[in-house]
Amino acid sequence: MGYVAVKGGEAAISESIKRLRLTRLRERQIITVSSIKSCLRGLVDRVMSEASLYARDLAALAIKQAEGNPEEATFLLRAYRGTLPRKYYSRLVTTDDMAIERRISATFKDIPGGQLLGASYDYTHRLLDFSLETEEISDMEKWLEHYSKIPPAPLDSLPQKMTRVADIVRQEGLLAAKTEDNTPPQDVTRQSLSFPAQRSERLQALTRGETGAVTALGYAAIRGYGLLHPTVAELRVGNVPITIDYPLEETSDPGDALYIGRIQVTEVDSLIPSIKETAPGKKEINFCIGYGVCYGQNETKAIAMSVLDFCLENPVPGSPVHDEEFVLTHVDPVEATGFISHLKLPHYVTFQSELDSARKIRLGGAHEQL
Amino acid sequence: MHGKFVWVVRMSNYNFAFFDENSKREIRRAIFKAVAIPGYQVPFASREMPIARGWGTGGLQLTLSLIGRHDVIKVIDQGSDESVNAVNIRKFIQQTTAVATTHQTPDATLVQSRHRIPEIPLREDQILILQVPIPEPLRETEQSDTRAKRLHAEKEYSGIYLSLFEQIMKHGQIATGADHPTLVHDRYVMAPSPIPRFDNHKLNYSAALILLGAGREKKIYAVPPYTQVESLAFTDHPFAAEDMTGKICRLCGARGVFFDEFIDPTTQAPYYQCNDTSFCQQRMSAELETTWGEQGDH
Repeated sequence: MGYVAVKGGEAAISESIKRLRLTRLRERQIITVSSIKSCLRGLVDRVMSEASLYARDLAALAIKQAEGNPEEATFLLRAYRGTLPRKYYSRLVTTDDMAIERRISATFKDIPGGQLLGASYDYTHRLLDFSLETEEISDMEKWLEHYSKIPPAPLDSLPQKMTRVADIVRQEGLLAAKTEDNTPPQDVTRQSLSFPAQRSERLQALTRGETGAVTALGYAAIRGYGLLHPTVAELRVGNVPITIDYPLEETSDPGDALYIGRIQVTEVDSLIPSIKETAPGKKEINFCIGYGVCYGQNETKAIAMSVLDFCLENPVPGSPVHDEEFVLTHVDPVEATGFISHLKLPHYVTFQSELDSARKIRLGGAHEQL
Repeated sequence: MHGKFVWVVRMSNYNFAFFDENSKREIRRAIFKAVAIPGYQVPFASREMPIARGWGTGGLQLTLSLIGRHDVIKVIDQGSDESVNAVNIRKFIQQTTAVATTHQTPDATLVQSRHRIPEIPLREDQILILQVPIPEPLRETEQSDTRAKRLHAEKEYSGIYLSLFEQIMKHGQIATGADHPTLVHDRYVMAPSPIPRFDNHKLNYSAALILLGAGREKKIYAVPPYTQVESLAFTDHPFAAEDMTGKICRLCGARGVFFDEFIDPTTQAPYYQCNDTSFCQQRMSAELETTWGEQGDH
């Protein structure tokens, strides 16, 4: 036995960091950032969405550094995001201008503009494709050449702008009347979330929420802990243009706006039936919209977000998924993983303090028995 | 495109003390408000940090917003300068500021600490920054922040007193561990962060400014110098710190400080070492008077 060392942590930590690097490299393989960007699209999209930073290159770098661990990659990207000054806020983005790659509706079989399946796993069987084990560059080239010879789909016949399914329902007078809310959005990363939250704050917290957490709470809401079953009026994936006001003059003239790039988003309108009493004893069903949107192609998350958006717009006492404080404070990936992982830190002092209390109580108990 | 952005991870490409100056100013504004209203939790736009949430990002943001080139920083975690997280945070502060660091409490201008207040009393020219996991002292009795905020506004603290009373009914005494709630300036009930009860009295009329930061919960609060901080208790059940009487440090022989407890593997008897490791080392190297703490236990 010996005295417990009071020094020595620093050296051990630096060895642990070396060990981490070794673990990443010891198989003598390197994945390039560009191959992550091209081949791990699903992970890049997820990390960008949770980090709320649209930057494919940086997300790919974070994924490389984190050895593909999405929790860690999101954390890296969020930390980097924290150092970026806000130079501009974009002009209003209208998803009416989306260059649509995929668009489906669960409400009507035939929707104006048609169902556009695009690229999706939804229609595949989840069978391991063992041919990928030995996939070669030449296989890829061959397939791509073959694909390029297939006559292109008559995309020209698609309308430039597709009517929203929600608008069709609205025209029928079935959508609950809502006044347009044009309050300038709060930036939750510049002003901390306080409750009751504005809708803009809620949507931001949800869109940057952890995919699994948002999905789990959305699932709880439709499975029985919420009061709804939504129908996906429309799910869209596509690119939207981002513009800013001309920065060198005080102007908001759209003609002077600058185009700074485009981002891929997934957008969901869910229709949720609600019963309204129009006159005493006379009830009517109409529909409300739950809205979800997130960076990249993250369809499950966007749908779950639309469910939670509706839940939080319509609080129900006693239901956790309808409680904005419960939902919004617990879906953040960096906060949740940070606080859970802090349990690995030493708690010698706090535990000693608890121990002291526990011992005193025991002594007290023994005293009473005497 | 790849290859071009690799440079951004080097620290030289970040601003002094990591944040942009506007972010620092914003945090300092929250600090001013916190100092002006002792014990009141000021919401602030907590930034995402390269250190995990729950690992001291609140304290770190306070430190980074305040630190200047001539500051000397000390970082402690559960009493130790060499604990994993203390090393990590100190390294980060040094990488982004290049300021001097120290283990010696008297040499530091800024002391960032998790769950301990150093044994050596702090001076007026020092600032103590405490990392806070749960800033809301009423959380245990009221989960909703919205409602807790109202209780604070109305100085309606019967719930928390009742919970202490229930402990007495159940256990015969107040059974809090660390983070025993305090009343600041006779106005706000405040979570002192999970410092042991042993350290609570150091908050009362402290010569140094004490700032508390909760990064994940996005709150900053403060105990200004020479402010009254009382630990919640009842007249017939007075507040009791952890009992350190009769214990003595096996390394430096100190009494009346907060001890870590160890078990001697051969005799199975407990033995003790100072939890504040730099205090212990200073005593061992005879930089501090050897009679420390012998005048009486707290």
